[in-house]
Parts: sequence; structure tokens; C-alpha cells
Amino acid sequence: MPGPCPADLFVDALRAAGFDFFTGVPCSLVKRVIAELERRGIYHGETREDAALGVAAGAYLAGKLPVVVMQNSGLGVSLNALGSLHLSYGMPVLVLVTWRGFEGRDAPEHLTMGAVMPRLLDLFGIPWRAPDPDAVLDDVGWAARTARATRMPVALVVKPGLFDEPHA
Amino acid sequence: MNQHEALAILAPHLRDEICIHANGFLSRAAFAVRDGEGCFYMIGSMGLASSIGLGIALARPERRVVVFDGDGNVLMNLGTLATVAARAPRNLLHVCFDNRAHASTGAQPTISDRVRLEEIARAAGYRSAARVETAEALRATAPAFLAGDGPAFLLVRIALGPPGPPGPRIPYTPPEMTARVRRALGVEA
Repeated sequence: MPGPCPADLFVDALRAAGFDFFTGVPCSLVKRVIAELERRGIYHGETREDAALGVAAGAYLAGKLPVVVMQNSGLGVSLNALGSLHLSYGMPVLVLVTWRGFEGRDAPEHLTMGAVMPRLLDLFGIPWRAPDPDAVLDDVGWAARTARATRMPVALVVKPGLFDEPHA
Repeated sequence: MNQHEALAILAPHLRDEICIHANGFLSRAAFAVRDGEGCFYMIGSMGLASSIGLGIALARPERRVVVFDGDGNVLMNLGTLATVAARAPRNLLHVCFDNRAHASTGAQPTISDRVRLEEIARAAGYRSAARVETAEALRATAPAFLAGDGPAFLLVRIALGPPGPPGPRIPYTPPEMTARVRRALGVEA
């Protein structure tokens, strides 16, 4: 198992792939990514994940290629926005969604969403990958190509340990 | 003043602003009064008109954005009143047509008869927040509001219309609406 992917390299990869608007709601599994985006002054924090998706939709209309950061609990909040906004109107967005409840090892409130998230993304027709640290920079390129080609949402799923040492 | 009258008072003062219309009857009423490539009509994702407007305003500070919202929509996404106020984009104007009801789903009452939405916007930190109750007052307010700095909130109290839709369905497909607004913003397809 390789070590975590440094957040600055990940953000560099996002920028190089063309992502240029960043919003979302935090999760501890991406705290280093959000801190790096904040450090660069390019992060717009939102109050709810669906509101972040709305802001991202506006940014896309204005010519940006947006990223929305969220915990998978927020994916539940987001389903109507994804379905009736992005998927209906053909608006690409990279959803950087964490996988709390991964393999059933987490606090109880995360277990249901953790178990169904892959099927939920499949059900909504959202292409996704859940890379290990050695593949994540390549998968940023895949996400950008897929978002541009389909003009639809795409997800990178953040497993524990991708950007941070896993919890003991 | 009904919804149509209110929209007709505002329309002559609009130029190349990007106009984001909340979902439901509001979009259909607005389309019947004024249309253009810069007009975006939501068919779903209730509550998010203000978020979409904020995204455009942040991404394109040189373009003016007007959000046409409703009381039910604003109540569904009060959080974005806070983020709009916190980011304070000067190019974002927020109109809320308040008929005190979810008109599109059978006129179920909202709580805007007791909760003053413009006061929430003011407390959040909008640069300005006001309420107009009559057509005369809206005529007097509209030019300065639409020419002024944002983030500004204007609650327009309107009468609940008769049952049934106020205009035809929007004739454009959602992807066509995406392409229209991107063209209006000078973004290549």
C-alpha cells in the first residue's frame, strides 16, 4: 500500500486537467485537499452539498469546469440537484466524494450510505472511480476527459487513506 | 399586483443581464413576458436558482446576474442567502416574488406571511434588502434596483394567481437552455 497522495500534487493535477472552480462542503477525509484549495484562495465553501452543486452549475454556465467536494452523506442531499439539474441540462461537474462507511468500518451513521454509494452512483449513471493513491493523479485526467466528453457529472471517490493516513 | 404585472414592470429595465428563473410557474410566467438567450429557466432543483446565480456571478464578475426567485424557493435554500451575503458579489441581484404559497403545486401556503424574507437577507448581510407591496412602488423601485450594486434583495409581494399554469411550458430542452446561456456569456459550446 503506497502512502497518501500529497494534496498539493492532487490540486496541481486538477488545475492541469482544466478544473478551475472549486466549491463544496468539508469531510475529514479531504481536509488536506480543502486546506490546499483554501491556501491558494480558490475555494468557495457552501452550506449544503446541493447548493454547492447549484453554484457549480452556474460556474459551468459561465465557462468554468467545476469541482464539488463533499462527504458521501452529502451525496444523499445532492441527488435531486444531480438528477434534475446536471443530468437534465447536460452540465459536467467533478464530484469529489469521500467514502465514509468504506467496507463497513466506520461510525454507524455512515454505514448505510457507505454500503450503497457505488450502486447509487451507478443507478444515476454517474461514471466513477475509487483510486488508490498511486492511480489518483491519472484518474484526475480520466475525470476531466469524461466530464468534457459527456457533459455530465463524474465522480472520484475518496477512500480512507487516499490523502491522509487512515484512522487507526 | 399579480406575477405577470410584476414581471412586466421589471422587463423594460433588463438589458444583457443573465436572468435565472426559479422552477415552477415563475419560469413559465417569466418566459411569457420576456425571453432571450441570457434567460435560464429551471425545471427542477427547487431552491437552487440563487446558487446558480451565485456561481455565475462569482465566475464572471463583469456580468450582471438577476435571480428571479419565489418565496417557497428562497425558504428551501436559506443557506445560500448566507453565502451570497458572505461573498458579496456586486453583480448579483435577487428578486423574490412572494405570493405566500407554493403556487405550482396547488397553492399550499408557505410561511412567508410570518417570516419576512427580506429581513433574513438583510440580517445575512446583503448590501440592501427591501420590500415592495404595490405596482406603483415596484415601478418606483425597479430602475434603481436593477442598476444598483449587489448583492441586493427585493421582495415583491404579489397576489396568488388563479389555479393553473400562467403560461406555456418552456419550449427549449434543458440542454438547449444550457447552450443558450453559455452563448450569452460568450462561452464556446
